[in-house]
This record gives sequence, structure tokens and C-alpha cells, in this order.
Amino acid sequence: MSQTELASRPAPPSIWHMYRAMVGVGVVCGLLIVSVFQVTLPIIERNKAEALQEAIFHVLPKARTSSTFRLDDEGGFKALDGDGAGERLVYAGYDDSQELVGLAVEAQGMGYQDVIRLIYGYSFAEEAIIGIQVLDSKETPGLGDKIETDPAFLQNFESLDVSLRDDRTELANPIVPVKHGTKTNGWEVDGITGATISSVAIANILNGSAQAWMPRIQNKLTDFKGGE
Amino acid sequence: MATLPKSGTDEFIKGLWKENPVFVQVLGMCPVLAVSNTAMNALAMGLATAFVLVMSNIVVSSLRSFIPKQVRIATYILIIATFVTVVDYLIQAVSLDLYKALGAFISLIVVNCLILGRAEAFASKNTIARSAMDGLGMGIGFAFALFCLGAVREILGNGTLFEAQLFHDSFQNWVVMILPSGGFFTLAGWLLLFNWFKQRKARREHATTLGLSKETV
Repeated sequence: MSQTELASRPAPPSIWHMYRAMVGVGVVCGLLIVSVFQVTLPIIERNKAEALQEAIFHVLPKARTSSTFRLDDEGGFKALDGDGAGERLVYAGYDDSQELVGLAVEAQGMGYQDVIRLIYGYSFAEEAIIGIQVLDSKETPGLGDKIETDPAFLQNFESLDVSLRDDRTELANPIVPVKHGTKTNGWEVDGITGATISSVAIANILNGSAQAWMPRIQNKLTDFKGGE
Repeated sequence: MATLPKSGTDEFIKGLWKENPVFVQVLGMCPVLAVSNTAMNALAMGLATAFVLVMSNIVVSSLRSFIPKQVRIATYILIIATFVTVVDYLIQAVSLDLYKALGAFISLIVVNCLILGRAEAFASKNTIARSAMDGLGMGIGFAFALFCLGAVREILGNGTLFEAQLFHDSFQNWVVMILPSGGFFTLAGWLLLFNWFKQRKARREHATTLGLSKETV
């Protein structure tokens, strides 16, 4: 390349100009994101807490108030002040006369597309799951998402048997998914045709969670009595 | 056609129809196909994209002399990603249900080639006002196109529009329209219609010019 050719090319911008543009824009963008985050965080947290509260009352229809309990290391349950979130939490629901209605427990597991998060209501009196609500799922619209809308499928969880064996250490019968229309026992989950994987996933999530939680919960009934 | 200087209104209108980002330019197909399964999702996604498009066009245009050419793409992406994050938080604050429905596609607005395309092809060379009009027109055009797809898919696939029942209970939903393949079918239908209009117009213009030239001869 000759000298004249080099001279005729426009001078490239200095490194300083490039840094100035990128770092400057980066800093301003960062500030903008942080301020929007700060402003929206309390609103988002309130929305999430409200959604959780609604879900608790949905799966425990008779409950009017609720309080949060954490499973401690000794296997007992302690009431938490305010709204907690995270692992090892259960939500106890009470009716108007402060009688324990049941517990709401969160569970999650792999669905067809992504992790399904759900909450289910457990009734001590019936030793059964009395309602579920999906909190978070990305199942196929129109097929897999029937786990949230299909009335016949949701009927499974109006009274799903999770009673314990006589020695109180294990479920008497694990929750098992069955083909649509072949449900005969209280612990079976009638699947959805066309949403086999998603409906089986729900049964498996409930089974895993019930296997882990039920022996712990049913032996500690007194921990939840007269909360609030 | 391109020689005439365009007013701000022209910049706005071109995005709605003549250069519609979906039906004419066929840009940003990922959200078009994925989030147009119901009218509500489509409209929300369209408006979120429109907001990001307008804001990024304004910022890119106002910084156009400040950003050297060599680092422009990286800087544009940074600006676009910022507004997408802002939209993401705002939607979470407005409605968790809507946030759940739109899911990962909000973050994917960052890589919507329509937005980077407008920043690169238009906003980096034009004034702030014209860029804002261009972004607004393109954004509304995009939202309109998404709504066209979403409405058709929801009506046929679910028998509803904005969750209001439209047909008798005996209507059998075309589930395929809600599934990804339905997005392709619907998009193909709309593109067919738009191209048919365009060709008809071109034929007519051709016929009129022929007629005129005969008269002059």
C-alpha cells in the first residue's frame, strides 16, 4: 500500500473514543437497569406474595388465613414471622374459628418442556390431597397446559389418597399415573390423552413430594395447631 | 421513490403498511411464530417490542455522533438489552400472569433483528424525531401483525378472542393452530394475502401506465 493511499483513508477513531462510547453507554445502561429494578422490586415481590397467597387459598378452599412454617433440623415445624420463601416451607391454612384446615406444600419437577412448579393442599382429616394449582409451567399451549385447565384431570386432586402405612414412615400406596379412563383406586391419577408426559409429570411430582413430606407432616400435626 | 424527502408522518406510516416488518420485510420471525398463540399474548409481545424499538431508536439516534462505527453493533445491543430488561421488570410488576405467558420471549426481544435492523439502517443516520416516528410506525406495524396472527390462531384454535367465547360449544377447536405449526400456517395465509394485494396493485399501476403511454402516442 502506497503512502498516498494510506493518507487518503479516513483516520480511524482513537481507542479512547471507542472506550468512551462503550463504557459511557454501559454505565448509563447499568444505572437505568438498577433504578428500574429498585423501583419495581417491592411491587414484584408483593405480586408474587399475593399470587402465592391466592394459590394457598385455592388449594385449601376452606382456609381464611394462613401462616408459614419451616421444617427445622430436628424434624419439627416452627412458625415464621411474615412471609418467608425458599426451601423446607409449608403453609398452614386456618378457617374462621382458627381451626387447622390443612397444609399447602410447594413441589416441583421436570415436565415436558421445563420445570413445573405447583402447590398442593393436604387435609389432615382426609389424609388426602384436596387441590393443586400449577404456579409455573411452560407446557405446550393447547396440549400440555391442560394440566391446569382440564376439569376431568383436576378432579383427580379433589381427594387423592396419600394416607400412610401403619408404621407411619411411608405412603401406604405411592401416587401412580394411569391411562385416561382406567382409574380405579384413590391414589391413582387419571392421565390426559394428548398430554401424557405432562400429566404423568404431575403425578410423579406429587408422588415425590408426598413421599418426602407426608411422614414428616402427619407425625407433627400438633406443631400446626392453633397457629397465628 | 426514495429520492423524495419524507416527512415524519411518512416515516410513521411506512412501517404500518408498505414496509410492515412482518408482512413485507418478514423480520423477527421468532416471536411472531412463537408468541402469537393468543390475541392477548401477541398484543402484549407486540407492544413490548414496540416500546423497546422506539426507545432504542431514540437513544441510538441521539448518540449517533458519539458512537464510533467500529463499536456500533456492540453498543446498540447494549442499549437494546437495557430496554428489554426494563420491559421485563415492568411486565413482572404489572402482571405476573402475563409475564408467565410471555416467558422467555421477552428476553429474546434483544435478538429481534427488527430492532437492531432499525437502529443500524435508520436511527444511526437520521434525526431523533424521525427515528422516533420510524420506531413507532415499525413497532405498531409489528404489534398489528402479531395481533393479526394471534387473533386468527386464537379464534380457530381455541374458539375465543381475548378469552371471550365466540362459537357454540359444539365447535371443535383446531388445536393445530395453537401449536407451532399453526403459526406457520397463519403466517403463510397472511403473507399470501399481502402479496396478492401487492401484485394486484402493481398490475393496475402497470395497466394505467400502459394506457397512458398509448394515449400519449
